[in-house]
Amino acid sequence: MADADEGVKPANGKPETKLLDELEKGPWPSFVTEIKSAQGVTGGAEDLLGQLELSYEDKVSHWKHGGLVGVLGYGGGVIGRYSDVGEQFPKVAHFHTLRVNQPAGWFYTSEALRTISDIWERHGSGLTNMHGSTGDMILLGTTTDHLEATFQELTHAGFDLGGSGSAVRTPSCCVGMARCEWACFDAMKLCYDLTMAYQDELHRPALPYKFKIKCSACPNDCVAAIARADLSVIGTWKDDIRIDQAEVANYATAGVDIQKDICANCPTRCMDWNGKELNIKNRDCVRCMHCINAMPKALRPGVEKGAVILIGAKAPILQGALLSSVLIPFVAADELLDTLKELIQRIWDFWDEYGTNRERIGELIQRVGLAAFLDGIGLDPAPEMVSAPRDNPYIYYQPAKEDEA
Amino acid sequence: MPTFEVEGKKYDVDEDGFLQEPDLWTEDVAKDFAKSESIDALTDGHWKVINYIRNYYLQFGIAPMVRKVCKETGYKLSEIYQLFPSGPAKGACKLAGLPKPTGCV
Ligand code: SF4
Ligand code: SF4
Repeated sequence: MADADEGVKPANGKPETKLLDELEKGPWPSFVTEIKSAQGVTGGAEDLLGQLELSYEDKVSHWKHGGLVGVLGYGGGVIGRYSDVGEQFPKVAHFHTLRVNQPAGWFYTSEALRTISDIWERHGSGLTNMHGSTGDMILLGTTTDHLEATFQELTHAGFDLGGSGSAVRTPSCCVGMARCEWACFDAMKLCYDLTMAYQDELHRPALPYKFKIKCSACPNDCVAAIARADLSVIGTWKDDIRIDQAEVANYATAGVDIQKDICANCPTRCMDWNGKELNIKNRDCVRCMHCINAMPKALRPGVEKGAVILIGAKAPILQGALLSSVLIPFVAADELLDTLKELIQRIWDFWDEYGTNRERIGELIQRVGLAAFLDGIGLDPAPEMVSAPRDNPYIYYQPAKEDEA
Repeated sequence: MPTFEVEGKKYDVDEDGFLQEPDLWTEDVAKDFAKSESIDALTDGHWKVINYIRNYYLQFGIAPMVRKVCKETGYKLSEIYQLFPSGPAKGACKLAGLPKPTGCV
């Protein structure tokens, strides 16, 4: 119902939401409030609220387990979902989700957003989730017979589905150079180039399990690549932090306690302030960004820019959560794409060969050991790969292979 | 329970059109289901994939991984999608009479 005006009452009236209303209290944003604001558009919001209220009463989910639907030519991008109380809530009886590949950095024109909303009110519930944790736009709730039509209209408007299942998931990135002076490489371009390079792997799942790629252009890591991506690309610099001493002095005059707020909070205590001049022992700097964030006018990343490539983060599913660990300590910005393509191929070959079904790359590395993994992909171990030195001297130390031979 | 009807025959299927009782599969089932997956006629290529998946399922009780399907049938992934436009999981497994795969293929 694309032409439904605001304020049109749904035919079946608004659902009772006594329990859900609790989630609207307090100072925080509330998904309940958001869904309620979509009432009167397609009827999807009403039945979704109704079913959710029932779930809270019954203390069980009323979504059935799994569903397998899709569009022709693609093996992913649509997640099938069915309600087990569909007769009571017909508008959510079939409630499939479409993932739509977001533009790099999430820049939209108002017109693009309107186009998508219009398509989705014609073919789905009108409800969206901007954005899902992979970065895609999430269009919530449609039926099987609307999938092909939605897909066609989306592609016509210049959009494509994102990844789902055991595939390359839609790569995502921070806004990078579009807005941010700290960007150490062009994250948006890299994200776009990777997306285009892996179209086949994105749309037609054939990996042991999901593979997420995220790019942040500086160590602030605004897309949380280190915690959420199997392959994290995080901007960094190789040379020294650029210091504008006059601006440091200005901060001091303006009341910033350089010693207490800047130097004492440096995690490696590699900064020194003598009241006139700020000195940084750059070899001890761990690129935490604290000092730069605190005094953006005075400090900037160096000029030799690039990124560190890390591997293996994931949320807890079978095993606990993992953070990515360093795989390549530094790649110059202009070599990033080629290096990544080569590296990803080697990682997939290894994963293909040794990964079990539904084993994330990080879990595989834990299982076989970092040494075996590095050996398999042809990388030499480097000190940067060790996040912390051994703190227990009683661990048995396995001599390196060369020593044995 | 939903049913799938073709030329007077009725099959019990799940919401996504997968056969409810995998034991009831015959080659006719594959032929009957083909139309619902945008396949006009089943060729030798289709049968090679269907039979491989079917036999793997009978032996191991699950659907084979996509990589394995490609390796064993000699088809590239893009060729599998040409044979089964909705893909190995939704298309090929459905025609092979497997229960709905949960993320394997
Ligand atoms: S990660 Fe760094 S470069 Fe990217 S938006 Fe955040 S602060 Fe800016
Ligand atoms: S970036 Fe972090 S580690 Fe480096 S000098 Fe600044 S505060 Fe210290």
